[in-house]
Amino acid sequence: MKIFRHHVASARCDPDMTPMIDVTFQLIIFFMLTINFVTEDQSERIKLPESELAKPPEAPWESPIILQLTAAKPPTVIVGGDEVGLSLIRGILQREKQRLQELGRSAAKATIIIRADRDAQTGTLQKLIKECQDLGFERFVLRAREKYIAVSQRT
Amino acid sequence: MRLGARDETGFQRIVLNMTPMIDVCFQLLIFFMLTLKVFATEGDFDIKMPLAAMSEATPKEVENPPIVVRMKADSRGRLTEILLTERPLKSFQELREEIKALCAGRDATTLEVELDCDYVLRYEYVMEAITHVSGYVDQSGNIVKLIEKIKFKPARGGPEE
Repeated sequence: MKIFRHHVASARCDPDMTPMIDVTFQLIIFFMLTINFVTEDQSERIKLPESELAKPPEAPWESPIILQLTAAKPPTVIVGGDEVGLSLIRGILQREKQRLQELGRSAAKATIIIRADRDAQTGTLQKLIKECQDLGFERFVLRAREKYIAVSQRT
Repeated sequence: MRLGARDETGFQRIVLNMTPMIDVCFQLLIFFMLTLKVFATEGDFDIKMPLAAMSEATPKEVENPPIVVRMKADSRGRLTEILLTERPLKSFQELREEIKALCAGRDATTLEVELDCDYVLRYEYVMEAITHVSGYVDQSGNIVKLIEKIKFKPARGGPEE
């Protein structure tokens, strides 16, 4: 009897940890692959228009400057974390141009990435482009959100 | 690492202490879960807005005048009419079909589209027009490019006018 009790008390329960570790590693890999640290350039206030042709660029843009045009009234532009009116954007762009020149780059080669709200007015967008053009910026890209289209809707 | 007792075959079993590894794994897992922000993939459309657009047209532009897509809007910015070189169209799908027909048998890189929009027109319609003009997704999911050179005409009916 004594021997039996001793046997019961010393029985160890070693659960098999392998499946749990497997699942944990799978989750870690999933989160590592989906993580996106560059979020300060994507204001959640901007609701981008959708396009089925919107695909991420194959190569990074040269000297990108991101301008986010809101649909607020009067319209504002979010640039580098600051939100300014359309009339004040020229000063900011002037500073950006100076910074580029200090780095030995020209404004003509820099890329202006425009993230405009889908409800923003087209005229306002064109005004913003005009302000950039007046300072010598020539390359513009319009950003859109990728839209998936079903096979049945494809042409 | 704990050296365990010998098993029935006489070999000594080595039991690894997994606790620190599991601790670290969970720390990592929690870190990634908390920092995760799900954003939809974004893509870019290259538009041509050279300063020369305001000056005289180049000989190449005279030879191949841009295809003008006029978009009219109501006072709330909703699209009311699409015109392709003065001809009214029913939908963006029709615009794509027309552009496809224009590109057929020609080098699409020599063609250019000029968007002529009302000032108040919502930007989502402009993006829709750019999408329908610049290409389409075929049955196998590949992107077929049409006209990639797109530029804007000064907006009509702005507050300064």
